[in-house]
Amino acid sequence: MSNEATLHSHQQEATHGAVAHDHGNGHEHHHEDSFISKYVFSMDHKMIAKQFLITGIIWAVIGAGFSVLFRLQLAFPDATFPFLESLLGHWAKGGHISAEAYYALVTMHGTILVFFVLTAGLSGTFSNLLIPLQVGARDMASPFMNMLSYWFFFLASLVMTASLFVQTGPASGGWTSYPPLSALGDASIGSKIGMDLWLTSMALFVVSQLLGGLNYISTILNMRTKGMSMTKMPLTIWAFFFTAILGVLSFPVLLSGFILLLFDRHAGTSFYLSDLFVAGKVLSNEGGSAILYQHLFWFLGHPEVYIIILPAMGMVSEVLAVSSRKPIFGYLAMVGSLFAIAILAFLVWAHHMFVTGLNPFLGAFFVLLTLLIAVPSAIKVFNWLTTIWKGSIRFTPASLFSIGFVSTFISGGLTGIWLGNSSIDIHLHDTYFVIAHFHIVMGVSAFFGMFAGIYHWYPKLYGRYLNGTLGYIHFWITLVGAYLIFWPMHYEGMAGMPRRYYDYSNWESFKQFVELNKFISIVVFTVFATQLLFVFNFFYSIFKGRKLTTTNPWDATTLEWTTPIRPGHGNWPGEIPEVHRWAYDYSKDGKDFIPQTVPIGPDESKH
Amino acid sequence: MQAMSVQRKKIHPHKYSLWIAMGSITMMFIGFTSAYVVKRSQANWQVFELPHIFWISTAVILISSGTIQLAVKQFKERNMRRYKQLITLTAILGVVFAALQCIGFSQLSQRGLPLSGPVSASFIYVIVGMHMLHVLGGVVALLIMFARAYRTRVRVYSAVPIEVASLYWHFVDALWIYLLVFLSLAR
Repeated sequence: MSNEATLHSHQQEATHGAVAHDHGNGHEHHHEDSFISKYVFSMDHKMIAKQFLITGIIWAVIGAGFSVLFRLQLAFPDATFPFLESLLGHWAKGGHISAEAYYALVTMHGTILVFFVLTAGLSGTFSNLLIPLQVGARDMASPFMNMLSYWFFFLASLVMTASLFVQTGPASGGWTSYPPLSALGDASIGSKIGMDLWLTSMALFVVSQLLGGLNYISTILNMRTKGMSMTKMPLTIWAFFFTAILGVLSFPVLLSGFILLLFDRHAGTSFYLSDLFVAGKVLSNEGGSAILYQHLFWFLGHPEVYIIILPAMGMVSEVLAVSSRKPIFGYLAMVGSLFAIAILAFLVWAHHMFVTGLNPFLGAFFVLLTLLIAVPSAIKVFNWLTTIWKGSIRFTPASLFSIGFVSTFISGGLTGIWLGNSSIDIHLHDTYFVIAHFHIVMGVSAFFGMFAGIYHWYPKLYGRYLNGTLGYIHFWITLVGAYLIFWPMHYEGMAGMPRRYYDYSNWESFKQFVELNKFISIVVFTVFATQLLFVFNFFYSIFKGRKLTTTNPWDATTLEWTTPIRPGHGNWPGEIPEVHRWAYDYSKDGKDFIPQTVPIGPDESKH
Repeated sequence: MQAMSVQRKKIHPHKYSLWIAMGSITMMFIGFTSAYVVKRSQANWQVFELPHIFWISTAVILISSGTIQLAVKQFKERNMRRYKQLITLTAILGVVFAALQCIGFSQLSQRGLPLSGPVSASFIYVIVGMHMLHVLGGVVALLIMFARAYRTRVRVYSAVPIEVASLYWHFVDALWIYLLVFLSLAR
């Protein structure tokens, strides 16, 4: 069974049948693509990657735009902005965001960024683009399922968009949607139809992730080209591999949790509900446990943060090696630490629940396992630093973003050690300290990894370069801005400032932060504007960017740069190249780099 | 395209994907059953007996596993008439299985254990219902195979699709056995 046969699985049966032998052996790709089959319902993994990326960019602008709106409220709780009323209508009467709108904005910001941008937009884009190109395959194991994966994501996006426009507004109980708030339509207006649409959208999203994940794993394990043993794979592929495994094993559990929640909402069951009063009325639900949902949610929720960060780690490893012209330091340790993170990801979910009444004895084990994650993380950081150590670094925008990633991953990761201790968590949970921690380590870092990936592989995506000057401006403002936004939040959190509050000016203890909140918001507006600059750069360069003249612009060793500048469906016009060496032969035996396709010479030292 | 033949492959990618998908579906049911275990250890857990008809449905799905296995054998021997009969029979048994599960549901609710009743009963409806949906998904797959087998213009020689379908069918069978044993023991 050949790879080609799966590309044409629908035609494969026909080739033996009574019908004409159009697609028999020896023919090159020459099916005429209509606009629809090329750009819309495409089965080419590269086009699907672009679809994921552009959908992700649109969502990122919306999701980050929401944060701009609620930062406006946090900075100027007393001011009115007439433009808000024209934008949000009755949600911002008199130019002042209402409390309900504020909670909806916060919830949607979290949902959109975590799931639609940093899961679908990040791993969806780069797993699709890089897996077949870097392992040497014509396409995914099942291009059809791959297409479905995107369209389920698209449907999820449509439903989520629709929820923004219903009369009672979108879900507003936080991105985690804890019951009983999320289970009872009478509990808040965000728990009405908006919550149902949220659950529907997320269920579609889970299906999309599963279809994608199956394909990624199957392609990596089955479709590698000749000579590409697992240990010759670039670290990007290892990262996507573990990401996909995490997704395939944890998203179904989230789906179980959502299904039970749907039954609680509509079928009168009591999985999560017990002893409740809503608006003075006693509910008949008995015997449920709200904590049960948290277990099911965080069993996904924690692996989810690694689903977000692992692809960024993989791409950063690759970009750092390419741009410092040195082999990656400790390849097997990098793979091993990815593996360790993937295993530990499933064993630490209860550290999100230290203050839910979890047995402190049980909590001690979760503390230990959580702190253990610091070990593989530190190994990775050490290896990144030693990779660029004494390298002749080419400071491209991609390499700057990779170095920025290492910086934010360190500073965000260190606060994880604080929060992982159940006793310190009693003070810090649900404060701005948590916000600062996960935004730096997961949000900013993952975005930096994504930007590194976009700047680095843009030439492969579109055959053109992104504008470098705009790239440098983008990097520096984003890096400095990210620290200016999130660093002060640590202090707010240590002072006990809780997250998700609508207006802090009513509290005497938080009045000291009025000016700081203004400062943070102003930086947010600046950084957001800079991201729009990047979006402009992205779309402008698709049409007007500097054209690529060589197939291998970064002098990299990996297989994707052996394809033509604009590869067709099937990636390599002739045979798929054979692989003879690992992906990191930089500055070896006096040569700047040796591509993976070059056979090992007779007097060459083995790595 | 000859270039492709250099790729080594031990197992068909579609079959491989199915194995991973089965792992994924298993995780979903592990999610349900561990939620069940957690709930069971808490207060107000009501114990009752499962509908006896579930044992008949178990027999039905076990037989259907046998018929689909025979169907694969007949397909490989190109006895297409027998093959079509056997996948039809399998699909019918799948529908019968689902119907029996529904009868089990109505028996439960007649015994005063409706979906919105005690949590222990709600779990039966949700877990068994979700499994039933997966069986019906298999029936849809068989209907597609059936339609393909009746096409006159195009003949199918690759055994991969029917092998994938039968693997899935055995999986939902085994999943049901697990669920039945689990729900009978952990009451």
